[in-house]
Amino acid sequence: MQPDAAARGRRLAGVLRAALPALAFALLLGTIFAQQPRAMSYLGLNLLLNLALPVVLATMAQMLVITLGDLDLSIGAFVSLVTCIGGTVLPSQPVLGVALLLAGIGGYAATGALIGARTLPAIVVTLGLSFVWLGLAVILLPTPGGLAPGWLSGLMRTRTPVMPLALWASIGVALVVHLALMRSAYGTVVRGMGGNPRAVARAGWSLLRLRVAVYALAGVFGVLSGLALLGLTTSGDANLAGRYTLLSIAAVILGGGEFTGGRVSPSGAVLGALTLTLAASLLTFLNIPPDWQIGVQGGILIAVLGLRAVIERIGRAEALA
Amino acid sequence: MTAVGRGGLVGRLAARPWAYSYIAAALTWVATVALNGGAGGGALIGAALAFSAFAVLAALGQMLVITLGPGNVDLSIPSTIALSSALSMLVMNEQATMILPGLLAAVGAGMAVGLFNVALIRLLRIPPIIATLSAGLVVLSVAISFGRGLKIKPPPAFADFAAARLLGVPALALVAVAAMVIAAVVLDRTVTGRAVAAIGQNARAAGFAGIPVERVRMAVYAASAGLAGLTGALLAGFSGGNSLDQGEEYLLLTIAVVVIGGTDVGGGRASVAGVGGAALFMFLLVAMLNTAGAGPGPRMLLTGLIIIAVIATAGEARA
Amino acid sequence: MTLALSEAVRLSGIRKSFGAVHALGGVDLRVGRGACLGLVGHNGAGKSTLMGVLAGTLAADAGSVQVLGQDVLPGARHPGLRCVFQEGSLCPNLTIAENARVVHRDILGLGWRRRAGAVMAAALDAVFPGHGLRGDQVVGDLSIGRRQMVEIARAFSHTGVPPAVVVLDEPTSSLDGHAAAGLLAWVRRFVGEGGAVVFISHKLQEVLAIADQVVVMRDGRVVLDRPGAGMTRDGLVAAMGHADPPARGQRVRGGTSRPVQVEAGPTATGGIALTAQQGEVVGLAGLAGHGQTRLLQRVLAAPARRDPAIRLSAAAALVPGDRGADGVFPLWSIARNMTVRALAGLRSGPLLDPARERALADAWRTRMGLVTPDVGNPILSLSGGNQQKALFARALASDAGVVLMDDPMRGVDVGTKQEVYTLIAAEAAAGRTFLWYTTEFDELLHCDRVFVFRDGRITGMLEANGVTEDAVLRLSFADQDAA
Repeated sequence: MQPDAAARGRRLAGVLRAALPALAFALLLGTIFAQQPRAMSYLGLNLLLNLALPVVLATMAQMLVITLGDLDLSIGAFVSLVTCIGGTVLPSQPVLGVALLLAGIGGYAATGALIGARTLPAIVVTLGLSFVWLGLAVILLPTPGGLAPGWLSGLMRTRTPVMPLALWASIGVALVVHLALMRSAYGTVVRGMGGNPRAVARAGWSLLRLRVAVYALAGVFGVLSGLALLGLTTSGDANLAGRYTLLSIAAVILGGGEFTGGRVSPSGAVLGALTLTLAASLLTFLNIPPDWQIGVQGGILIAVLGLRAVIERIGRAEALA
Repeated sequence: MTAVGRGGLVGRLAARPWAYSYIAAALTWVATVALNGGAGGGALIGAALAFSAFAVLAALGQMLVITLGPGNVDLSIPSTIALSSALSMLVMNEQATMILPGLLAAVGAGMAVGLFNVALIRLLRIPPIIATLSAGLVVLSVAISFGRGLKIKPPPAFADFAAARLLGVPALALVAVAAMVIAAVVLDRTVTGRAVAAIGQNARAAGFAGIPVERVRMAVYAASAGLAGLTGALLAGFSGGNSLDQGEEYLLLTIAVVVIGGTDVGGGRASVAGVGGAALFMFLLVAMLNTAGAGPGPRMLLTGLIIIAVIATAGEARA
Repeated sequence: MTLALSEAVRLSGIRKSFGAVHALGGVDLRVGRGACLGLVGHNGAGKSTLMGVLAGTLAADAGSVQVLGQDVLPGARHPGLRCVFQEGSLCPNLTIAENARVVHRDILGLGWRRRAGAVMAAALDAVFPGHGLRGDQVVGDLSIGRRQMVEIARAFSHTGVPPAVVVLDEPTSSLDGHAAAGLLAWVRRFVGEGGAVVFISHKLQEVLAIADQVVVMRDGRVVLDRPGAGMTRDGLVAAMGHADPPARGQRVRGGTSRPVQVEAGPTATGGIALTAQQGEVVGLAGLAGHGQTRLLQRVLAAPARRDPAIRLSAAAALVPGDRGADGVFPLWSIARNMTVRALAGLRSGPLLDPARERALADAWRTRMGLVTPDVGNPILSLSGGNQQKALFARALASDAGVVLMDDPMRGVDVGTKQEVYTLIAAEAAAGRTFLWYTTEFDELLHCDRVFVFRDGRITGMLEANGVTEDAVLRLSFADQDAA
């Protein structure tokens, strides 16, 4: 019967989409271990996934915005700004530092309010916002410098048992966000807003309040990402995390998320972020010049999206079979 | 939404959003000269006209893409500029006879990037933002790979042209004005140009009205990248050779110029004249901040705030 | 007092106009508690508008709304009222249980998912026994029929206090026979326990089977309001039509046979083929949303899609009915909106000639009788009817030999309509072919032949002299075949 065949096709596509991030991660890990068996150790994993946690946290921020059907082109600049605040103000004037970070979160919330209230295109607004963040970061730290607070770098260097901190923390983040977005009652409404905003509004919810809350939460993850990055690199830099914007988008998509419709997967996105971090490490191992690494990142995103298009086509062909 | 005429100057200005960009440019010029103790006004105009020409060319392409409707942005322009600046120098190889082939190669490479973007958007169903963003990264790698360490200077004739002035007006500014005129004519007086505006206002209605939506889209993305290609070649000629970070600032700059110049961010209404004023304004803004002693930080901050302000006031999306 | 207590819904004197169109001209409606009201009517009768006023999505111009004896402010919705309209209110990315949570804001805290699932399971079991659905199924993965089951069940679901009034608008349109039977049985049980239901359907047999009270609407008014007992299908059809048929415009057709311009084969679900000869005005009739627009769009797309079922011998242009979504370019002038399809012929050299464009626009302004001092004014400065005229001009000013009309006269004033009818007749006489989908019976009288649609296929064809309201209604409301 026609209608159920279409449903079958969608389910098949859904299964493939969900399996993709795990497969990609396993494939990449396997390739690395094959190339370098010594990497299969605590030290090796630590080296490979050293910088994964900031990327994971930035990905969570991006994923929240994508859930609503928007896109955040400013997350990279924001994370850089946080490293600058953390490296200059936070150590010497903790209260002011915290206040600045909270103001940053407030800025994100205000952006969400503006986009929602005036129905503005998120892309252009966040592109402008990225230069606001960048400008503030450059004013604070014209050249890389500053020093991370001792407690932060100490925290990031914690030696956790069995697996490196990066892995434990990533699993923890995936768990928390999964529970909050996918399992909680409130998170469900947020996802519903991405799927059918009018239906959610008709049920009596305030779309504006939902959007502001989501953007504020994205800001929180941006702050966490910046602090984690600062703890790892120990100095701030206005241009440190620019590439996090594309990385976070790629990770969400690799993890099975879609740009519209409220379909995202926190665990998939975390896996995607880990995979992309591995990919960057692999490129370095393979001695690919850094110039080409930029292109490979773009190529990865294209490949992932192309694969998804193929999956959709398989799903549709199955429906017609 | 009727065109209720408000009386007098305010009314005439309100009907012409591009005018604001020229007024802003003029005010910024006045402020800069004032900050400089009243000196250097003429030189400033000359520099503004020359430097903003590049922004005009690249922004015209961005303007066409944005006019196609919501979701259409070309984020590959900076990479295309980097690529074409390197490519043009390579082809020209410091020989006057190779100037034209060098320009053609630059524009051609740009159009190839544009078609690559379209392929990603259509065949792989990638949203234009992501498609142009990732294509841009790939193109940037290509540009870096054969542009790094390139120390080829532009042919002397080409460099002279880039620096030339006609009655005090930089030749590049004339090129930019010519491009603006052509763009305006194409948008207003050709079937394809009308199609772009139609698609931007209502893509569904455009399809029903017999417009070949996908073909027009292809042409627009190719044109945008082609213009970026031309910009790269001219930049290399003006700067005495290519450099890989030449295109970097053009990502936000082109969008800022398009938005501030009065083009409708939701698509369907391009403001060609405004591109000129906005490009001048952006250059003079930097000059003013530099004269006031402010560094790149305040400039970026201010640019970002201005863009957000302009969109927030003018950019209410149509239902 | 007692009168109000026994009523679930009381609409009094509801009036609503959209510009020049009077959608509701003073409607009174009463739904008693423990009763099912069947609401029927042909296109444009006002059923959707009335339900919009009841649900609070539309504010009436005059009249009052009372639900369970309480006054309801315009634009507000009584919490005991649930509505299932035809455009879906489910979030396709969420599961069935999660969709219940969205509407039941009191399902919170630990274990909410189980509770939401239980709420939906209870509702589904009650309304659609044997449904086979689970709370963890993603709505987007379900077929349209099962989605409709979820939506209907959700409307009846509750966390302790059942809804008092449920409005169902064409609820069985996507349900299979078994599910439809389940729903009808449930409706009887629901009203038996004291609830009230407003049941809107074009399947008259269903309405007669479950309604305690039957209301027929026509032209924004209630024309029949009586108990369902003893009502027959024919009686309903007769009530929906006009008592005295209006004078018909004579449609004179040329005797000679002309080449066939359009031919559309039957759809996968059956029905007869549609043909249109050159110079013919062919009408598409039947209830709104039963396949007419889809056919027009298939014909329009035929040259590009190479649709094997469609044969088209000339260029086709469309006059859309939803001008906001499908027709108007809101930032452009009237002139540009009119000439957009004819631009290729307005060039001198490679560029468009503004003088010729202006001349064409002015000529059509005169021809269409557009009320505007200047065709250079923005299109949105025109009234709705005049905007529609401009869209007509767009199609007619082009070189298209076949003009497809997608209910373009909806919401247009009478004067404009008459002008356009005359124009259509003149153009047809000059050799243009028209495929005219209309939801208004009177317009069918201007057609040479009429094809009536039902549930996506053509159920019958009527020649000009056989086009009566009765004949069209019968074909529109043909008895339901086995699912």
